[in-house]
Amino acid sequence: MGLKNHNPLDNIQYRILDKNGIVLKEEDLPKFTDDELMYLYRTMIFSRIIDEKALSYQRQGRMLTYAPNIGQEAAQVGSAYAMEKNDWLVPAFRELGSWLVKGVPLRNIYLYWYGNEWGSYMPEGIRLLPVSVPIASQLQHATGIAMASNIKGEKDVTVAYVGDGGTSEGDFHEALNFAAVFKAPVIFVIQNNQYAISTKGSLQTASKNYALKAIAYGMPGILVDGNDIFAMYKATKTAIDRARNGEGPTLIEAYTYRLGAHTTSDDPTKYRDDSEVEEWKDKDPILRYRIYLMNKGLLTDEIDESMKKELEEEVASIFESIENKSDTEIEDIFKYHYEVMPPQLEEQLNEYKSFLEGGK
Amino acid sequence: MANTLNIVQAINQALMNEMELDNTVVVYGEDVGVEGGVFRATVELQKKFGNTRVFDSPLAESAIVGTAIGMAINGLKPVVEMQFSGFVYPAFNQIISHVARMRNRSRGRYTLPMVIRAPYGGGIRALEHHSESMEALFAHIPGLKIVIPSTPYDAKGLLIAAIRDPDPVLFWEPKRIYRAFKQEVPEEAYEIPLGKAKIIDEGTDITIVTWGAMVRDVQKAAEMVKAKGIKPEIIDLRTIAPMDRDSFVESVKKTGRILVVHEAPKTLGVGAEIISIVNEKAFLYLEAPPTRLTGFDTTFPLPRGEQHYIPSPERIAKTIEDVVNY
Ligand SMILES: Cc1ncc(C[n+]2csc(CCOP(=O)(O)OP(=O)(O)O)c2C)c(N)n1
Repeated sequence: MGLKNHNPLDNIQYRILDKNGIVLKEEDLPKFTDDELMYLYRTMIFSRIIDEKALSYQRQGRMLTYAPNIGQEAAQVGSAYAMEKNDWLVPAFRELGSWLVKGVPLRNIYLYWYGNEWGSYMPEGIRLLPVSVPIASQLQHATGIAMASNIKGEKDVTVAYVGDGGTSEGDFHEALNFAAVFKAPVIFVIQNNQYAISTKGSLQTASKNYALKAIAYGMPGILVDGNDIFAMYKATKTAIDRARNGEGPTLIEAYTYRLGAHTTSDDPTKYRDDSEVEEWKDKDPILRYRIYLMNKGLLTDEIDESMKKELEEEVASIFESIENKSDTEIEDIFKYHYEVMPPQLEEQLNEYKSFLEGGK
Repeated sequence: MANTLNIVQAINQALMNEMELDNTVVVYGEDVGVEGGVFRATVELQKKFGNTRVFDSPLAESAIVGTAIGMAINGLKPVVEMQFSGFVYPAFNQIISHVARMRNRSRGRYTLPMVIRAPYGGGIRALEHHSESMEALFAHIPGLKIVIPSTPYDAKGLLIAAIRDPDPVLFWEPKRIYRAFKQEVPEEAYEIPLGKAKIIDEGTDITIVTWGAMVRDVQKAAEMVKAKGIKPEIIDLRTIAPMDRDSFVESVKKTGRILVVHEAPKTLGVGAEIISIVNEKAFLYLEAPPTRLTGFDTTFPLPRGEQHYIPSPERIAKTIEDVVNY
């Protein structure tokens, strides 16, 4: 079955690469160069290492609360790689792989989780919004950005992310409805990682899947194996091409699994069995892609090892460059609320500074 | 029988007691069932009372509060949880437009005996939206009650009173001190009346009004100034709305000075209301300008800046001295 005829009501995941690294649909396989294939691998590995290191720093008391992406790398990297440079990316908070593809410096990402607002300051030329903690609220912004592209007659497309839990918020419904009514060039990617903290999908929706919700909004919906980087790329690229062509929004459900905890404050053993996690480890998105690259002769154990070593060193050195050097400047707490600081704010800042200086 | 509990445990026990005593009490919200809440305030409830009365809901605050309104109209007493007070805003429409108004709109025909609980306040080095203190937003709305306890004993008694109250109550729990200390708490149910403040330290020189996690910081500051001969009277407001005005008005008549300490931003905060009341009712007793020490009029900073935001015991002590020595 090709992508075109893929109906979410059939509840079948669109898949190109199976869990053993075997290509199921040669005709759908994206035509990537060897360099591109290796870039995708490297980015997924980079994402995994950033997570693993952050978790270990957190355990050592060197990092604050952290939300890992482990298991969701293909859903993120595959979808983001389908974007053009000028396309907008609107994240929730668990899209590390997509941020890396967009070109966000790791320093920013770590600075954010390290508890400093400057982590959310995007370098010029990167069209990515900051993390949006209030679940699903960001989807409205995505629709608005896409509507503005239409109004301005520009061809940029917006890709927005949300979790399975986020689909229950009213904001999800409103954003999708607006997008469809106004034919906004926006792609909504649901990372269905099976859990919203401890809450299972069956407590989130009575639908067979999330992709089919698209039907009611009047937009295409597609259920994708989110652990298959090729399928994620292909589905997103197809949706982006459609949107750029003036045909409106698409809803993509990336069926995946959060292999780690919700965040470092969470203990998943309280609500799920290890056997379930083990089963999903077998479907690890990096595993199958690694086999594919090895079969293709692009990757060897030696290349893999040295790539990982190099990335680990890079991650460690970036973390060390922010560690213990990232306290917030007092002025920064006050400075960015308005273009011009109102007098009462200035007064509060000065009072506080003079308290710190031991004055009156 | 008494047991020694921290604030979360006391809240959990209050829920246990009331669910046992009154089978119209139901508890739901995000992750409150299987997991027992992200702070474990509802732990063991589902095991004990089953998943009809204690359940995980879809991730939708507006629906959690909106359905609680319906349940309350139809004979139940829902106690719903907002995972953090910073995530109550999707439900703001339901709270302002309906929770606060149903009794008045229906001229008493429909009442809403419901409680909305939420962990509240800063100081736990959390991500954005997990630290703010926005009680003034709700205290401003006619028809709402809002309670903020500061000890395990009070938390239990106030929560039980809130559940039994015929009107809707927002119960904001200071998460910074959820596990900070333990106290003797009776095992059985008891009530602490809503709308009553508590004098927790008697003094003659200055009245300090505070609530929630700031109470302990004020107590620390009081110890510092006592060493310098200043005797503060500390009032834990406990219920923000409706406010126990007599508590601080009478106190100011004795001390002649008032300082309000809160974590929330200053401008149009609860402190402004308290000082207005003092000006209206005890103006001629004042010996120094009524003063506020509060959070800044800024967004609550991420962890690398949060130590600046919450008034420290040292800053409180310094302000007490400034007011007393005016
Ligand atoms: C409006 C709102 N309510 C509650 C929360 C607390 N919270 C943070 S993450 C989360 C679960 C999100 O689940 P999902 O959308 O599936 O994304 P995932 O965490 O699985 O990536 C919740 C309830 C929040 N951030 N925002």
